[in-house]
Amino acid sequence: MKKFSNLYIFSFSSIMVIAVAAVLAITALLLQPIQERNIAIEKKRNILSSIHVETSASDADAKFEQYIIETFVINHKGEVLQGVEAFQVSMRDELRKPLEQRKLPLYIGEKGDGRKYIFPLHGKGLWGPIYGYVALEDDMNSIYGANFGHDKETPGLGAEINQPFFQEAFVGKKIFESNGTFSSIRVVRGGTDPGNEHAVDAISGGTITSKGLEDMLYDCLISYESFIKTGRNQL
Amino acid sequence: MSERDPLFSGKNIKLLTNPLNDENPITVQVLGICSALAITVKLEPSVVMAISVTAVLAFSNVIISLLRNMIPPRIRIIVQLVVIASLVIMVDQVLKAFAYEVSKQLSVFVGLIITNCIIMGRLEAFAMGNRPWPAFLDGLGNAAGYGIILIIVGFFRELLGSGEIYGYPVVEKLGLYKIGYEDNGLMILPPMALVIVGVIIWVQRSRNRKLIEEN
Repeated sequence: MKKFSNLYIFSFSSIMVIAVAAVLAITALLLQPIQERNIAIEKKRNILSSIHVETSASDADAKFEQYIIETFVINHKGEVLQGVEAFQVSMRDELRKPLEQRKLPLYIGEKGDGRKYIFPLHGKGLWGPIYGYVALEDDMNSIYGANFGHDKETPGLGAEINQPFFQEAFVGKKIFESNGTFSSIRVVRGGTDPGNEHAVDAISGGTITSKGLEDMLYDCLISYESFIKTGRNQL
Repeated sequence: MSERDPLFSGKNIKLLTNPLNDENPITVQVLGICSALAITVKLEPSVVMAISVTAVLAFSNVIISLLRNMIPPRIRIIVQLVVIASLVIMVDQVLKAFAYEVSKQLSVFVGLIITNCIIMGRLEAFAMGNRPWPAFLDGLGNAAGYGIILIIVGFFRELLGSGEIYGYPVVEKLGLYKIGYEDNGLMILPPMALVIVGVIIWVQRSRNRKLIEEN
């Protein structure tokens, strides 16, 4: 077997690493615009899915134009902020800021049976971020639809939050108690009475993801609380 | 190999066809089983995974074969891993750009191609000692041997588990649900992939008796 000097080994590895880095950087830069477009389409599809609009990758743009009639960015008092595009706001970044500084995106959908108010969600699952959209009916209390997604929850357990059976359980639930206090929706381990208007069943084996989802709903919706209670008349 | 063989000599053709049967990476060498279980719930991800592995294996075989006289033996495994990892990242980026839905379904499993033992096995066993062209054929052959099993498993799991073929609802169109047929939910779970691979091994060995081990 040929002998190689240490100097050769070092230079060989250095050149290899630099070459590989260059090739990968170029690939990533070239493909970035296409990837970002895919992510934007996916976001539109998720938003539409929370108001039960079926889409495909090709018609997402058109249907988003058709069903999402207005978008706003509001602050925690429910006042509309000008000059910010709701679609560009990242809920993840906003949730890291103190409540007073948050710019909160809001989408309004219309399917012919009243306006639906769509709120973005972002939270922590077991292994990584979970996110989604929840749509409220015009009464600002009943949930019209919900859509959840995740990056790396356990397949078959926590990952089930993106399945229709779980998301449909939220439909018709109410986020306010009858006395008007904000209670969000609890995700109950071990099952809940189907008649309970403020809770859904957690996923067996996905307790931490379910808990994270419950916290996500609470933390995100509470930012919008004053808007949900009073602010929509200001729009 | 001092003299150059013609491009498609018998020896080279064997590199391509042997892994499909006698030296199949999954059913004979039992390599790369994990991914065969994980991504074969449906046909589409199986096909994409097969294509991805083909690209990675063929190109990494060629690159390592081109560099084989320059790679210091002491760091050859690291070099092989760097080559595989870079190719896998490129495949992942391309999938995210052009097959976003499928890349979401495959999620971490694209990244895990890096750890697929078939690839390192072929680099170490074949590409380090052979010219680029045979190495390329060897890569294609082994990836095809892997891919064909994925596709067979994916076909049966999708058909029996979800009643579809490549997303097309065959069972519904045939009207089988109306006469009481139900999809088998077990088919969607990973253990059934193992059972199907087992059945494939059984069928293959009953037809190809020289594969049966003596003991």
